[in-house]
Amino acid sequence: MKLVVIGCGRVGSAVARDLAEDGWDVTAVDEQEEALARLGERWAGGFIVGHGMDAEILRRAGVPDADAVVVATSGDNTNLVIGQVVEKRWDVPCVVVRVLDPARADFYAARGMRTICPTQTAISALTAAVRKESKQTQEASA
Amino acid sequence: MYSIVAGGGKVGANVARSLLGMGHEVTLIEQRPYRYDHLQEEFEHQVLLGDATELHVLERAGIARPPELVLAVTGDDEDNLIICQLATEGYRVPKVIARVNDPRNQEHFDLLGISQTVCATSNVLGLVEHEVPEHGIVHLLELRKENLEIVELQIERNSPAAGKRVAGLRLPEGTRLISVMRQGRSELAEDSTVIRPGDQVLAVLEPGKEDELRRVLLTT
Repeated sequence: MKLVVIGCGRVGSAVARDLAEDGWDVTAVDEQEEALARLGERWAGGFIVGHGMDAEILRRAGVPDADAVVVATSGDNTNLVIGQVVEKRWDVPCVVVRVLDPARADFYAARGMRTICPTQTAISALTAAVRKESKQTQEASA
Repeated sequence: MYSIVAGGGKVGANVARSLLGMGHEVTLIEQRPYRYDHLQEEFEHQVLLGDATELHVLERAGIARPPELVLAVTGDDEDNLIICQLATEGYRVPKVIARVNDPRNQEHFDLLGISQTVCATSNVLGLVEHEVPEHGIVHLLELRKENLEIVELQIERNSPAAGKRVAGLRLPEGTRLISVMRQGRSELAEDSTVIRPGDQVLAVLEPGKEDELRRVLLTT
């Protein structure tokens, strides 16, 4: 199974390493050559230096016959555009896009895109933690 | 007409100024504070500080009314593309126009259905091509929505069309001659118009028909 990870920062590199360990054939793409270091010394997968908006870079990374693509660059709009291009142009079966802004993540999720919003995850977890605490305090005082 | 202009750089500010001058209602959105401060002196309450790709900023600008026109003219192509999608798909804005900064991104706009685009670089290159025609066929105008192009062809002495009447040319389907320019004067191409060496011919055609048209008019 072939995976392309676009954006090899903290998130992208960790996803690339974890799935490579699961046995995926992974290629990572990043604008910065230094991002390769995040993949570790024993990285056996592919690594391409370039911008994910560049169709030629995506082709070289193997997007046209990838089974999955993870888009996690630092820009929400860049991720949303790359994700749609990958889905529309090459029909990649699994495209997952990181979007930090919850409003845009919802907007595109409602249109069938698989968006992951770490901000929303944090909001939900923090809210739930406080709610749980206040419930326990109320129960204890009751 | 109400318009939202996203991006307060040279393009956005000038377009907003022109629209206001024509008596239209405009909100200009700029995300950089130093630029916003500067714009505020001129545009006052008609300029808004914020990221036009954020829904709450667009809503403050009145995207839900909705405006008749949204112009996405920031210096970032991804932002422009997303603004257009939010406007058309989220708020049913009838007309959006996007600026394409890097001509290599044009294909992404096309693929994602943003048909009204303007790319300064491509326009300049088109003009250069017009001055220095290389393959005898010059692209003058692309009508994306209509799926048509207007091109100019230079008829040479050895052209298979030279000396023939327009009615006698076997023009490929999906192409039509518009006009013939000879010695600085242009006339509409009628069936009876005779094509001569040295003529500059304007043609309208469906994209992808260039080669067929070239075969009829330029090479034997």
